[in-house]
Amino acid sequence: MHVHRSERLWIFFGVAMLAVFLGMITTAAVVDGLVPPSRVQTIDPTKVSQTPPFDHPGLHKIADNVYEAYYVAHIFSFTPASIEIPAGARVTFYVTSADVEHGFSIPETGVNTMVTPGWVSSVSHTFTTPGTFLLICNEYCGSGHQLMAAKVVVK
Amino acid sequence: MTAASASPRTDEPFALSRAGGNLLALTHIYTSTLVLGIGALFGLLQGFSRASLITMPPEFDYYRMLTAHGVLMALVFTTFFITGLFTYAVYETIPRVRSLALGWTGYCVMLVGTVLTTVVILQGDASVLYTFYAPLKASPLFYLGATLLVLGTWCVAFDLIFNVIWFKRANPAKRIPLPAFLAVTTMIMWIIATLGVVAEMLLLLPWSLGWTPGIDVELTRMLFWYFGHPLVYFWIMGAYTIWYTLVPTTFKGKIFSDALTRVAFVMLLLLSTPVGLHHQYLDPGVSAGWKWMHTVLTYGVVIPSFMTAFAIFACFEIAAKRAGKRGFLATVRWLPWKNPVFAGPACGMLLFIPGGFGGIVNNSYSMDVLVHNTMWIVGHFHITVGGPVALTFIGASYGLIPALSGRKLFAPKLALIQVYTFFVGMTIMATAMHWAGLLGSPRRTSDVSYMGAQGAATWHPEMLWAAFGGTLVALSILMFIIVATGTYVANERPEVPPTFEFAPTDEDAMETPAVLDRLGRWAVIALVLAILAYAGPVSGEIHAHAYLVPGMRTW
Repeated sequence: MHVHRSERLWIFFGVAMLAVFLGMITTAAVVDGLVPPSRVQTIDPTKVSQTPPFDHPGLHKIADNVYEAYYVAHIFSFTPASIEIPAGARVTFYVTSADVEHGFSIPETGVNTMVTPGWVSSVSHTFTTPGTFLLICNEYCGSGHQLMAAKVVVK
Repeated sequence: MTAASASPRTDEPFALSRAGGNLLALTHIYTSTLVLGIGALFGLLQGFSRASLITMPPEFDYYRMLTAHGVLMALVFTTFFITGLFTYAVYETIPRVRSLALGWTGYCVMLVGTVLTTVVILQGDASVLYTFYAPLKASPLFYLGATLLVLGTWCVAFDLIFNVIWFKRANPAKRIPLPAFLAVTTMIMWIIATLGVVAEMLLLLPWSLGWTPGIDVELTRMLFWYFGHPLVYFWIMGAYTIWYTLVPTTFKGKIFSDALTRVAFVMLLLLSTPVGLHHQYLDPGVSAGWKWMHTVLTYGVVIPSFMTAFAIFACFEIAAKRAGKRGFLATVRWLPWKNPVFAGPACGMLLFIPGGFGGIVNNSYSMDVLVHNTMWIVGHFHITVGGPVALTFIGASYGLIPALSGRKLFAPKLALIQVYTFFVGMTIMATAMHWAGLLGSPRRTSDVSYMGAQGAATWHPEMLWAAFGGTLVALSILMFIIVATGTYVANERPEVPPTFEFAPTDEDAMETPAVLDRLGRWAVIALVLAILAYAGPVSGEIHAHAYLVPGMRTW
């Protein structure tokens, strides 16, 4: 099958571009650990309030500027509703849902993950600038979805 | 719609069955037109609601309307148009002698499914959006209606496939006519893809009836997106069929290459399905390795789109050269921009350039974190399915409705204004949506003020722009409805019936290899690829012994 020379060039250019993109994101994944949140850990969604550590959701200090935050998403709020951390803190969020599918997103940071009942999601972020960050549910979860928000205060 | 006397080819032996086929295809297309009108009205209300210009009354709340808009536009409008187009493509190029029964059965089952689903949504018993993510639990009738819609398309698909098989048996040495080949390749892809959503329905239906205590949420999500991405390619392949085979007719052009068109569609058949995990990059419970695999495969499915871009522009250039026009600007000026049948798909192509690149961003693995579930995604699918696909279908309708009904197009100037109004409106709306998404505005949310929270305020101006663009789009769809209805009502039948014929292939094009026509073989390879891409994630999901979730109604 004969393929026109300029078309071969065009396809070569297209494939080369895709190869460069793939190389970049793969390098970022391997070298910098930039992979999408993909934690594989199950939890009984009907017993979230009795399962540690989600029976006591909230912020835990691990070391200087290192925190773990456990969140429960339920219609139509997050627990805890607000946390306070110092600027420069690295926080690892662990989130699960007590009812339906939710989202967990802090706009304009890299914090964004789905929250699926039966699973624990995890995502980390270093908060460098002080301010009050809005934490929202970004997956439709029912009639009060637009109210489902919390705060992260960086001092 | 008495199209029996409207066939342009009454002198041919198969005229009667062809006219019957015309009526069938026309009914599909008019149904898609009606659905587009209803869906656009709901879309307009949402745009205004999100821009805080109106408040939706409780009996038409935002999420109910959003569900109706998504289901009607993404699942119903597109599907009816495509089944109509492909019915035309097969019946027009393969003279049929057999019954229309399977085709009409398909149409009726699709229609029953659509009506059932729409009624349940408007009653408020299925505000689960068009993705119906479990454990949001809709009325069982919603899942039943959606299943019927899919089963109806299978009837249509098998009708078309049987016709091609009979053609091949009668003419073993001949190649399948190109339009029929494109139609059947797409429908085979569609059957493979919809296996996922039908399997999901087999889990959801008994669960919604209370027969099973809980549902494996991650498994249903995987099955949904196994179907959800090839759904996108179903739309695109419908639009590409028009770009390749019908658009050249508007300037007496020829198809650039029969063989390469088939190669592109075989690639789309193979690579459309094993890519769905790129919609689930942010899902817990799916390992990062499988997500990366699907990133690579999704990049692969970009290649036939590059080939299409080349072929379409080459087709323009060659036709312009034959007419004595040389150079880029001369070619562009020479093209029939005043013919809505050309202008619709052509404006669609322009929108697909940023739309396609936006898709590459979404697919880029970790980069998805920045845009996932933001308005960027809404902008993306409005500048792809809402722009190129819808504009192509509308433009083609201006050619198909007259050809199938034997009627003269009503108010062709209005049709032309419609195309450009849509193009401008969608450009404004989709740009604003993309921008709002980059600022972090979430999708699928009725009100994004978050009680005046800092940051959320920056999203509002973009929503006003989106509502403005959306108004233009809705107005243009109203124009489209006027033209489509007017063509029927005015019932002006010219002596020489209007035609909309498939373009011939360029005589310089090479011989098409016979292997491309072995669609059975390609279908098996496509299925194997899909199984390979999903065996790992699905078995991982099963081995994780995920908890079953009871589910609830939260609206």
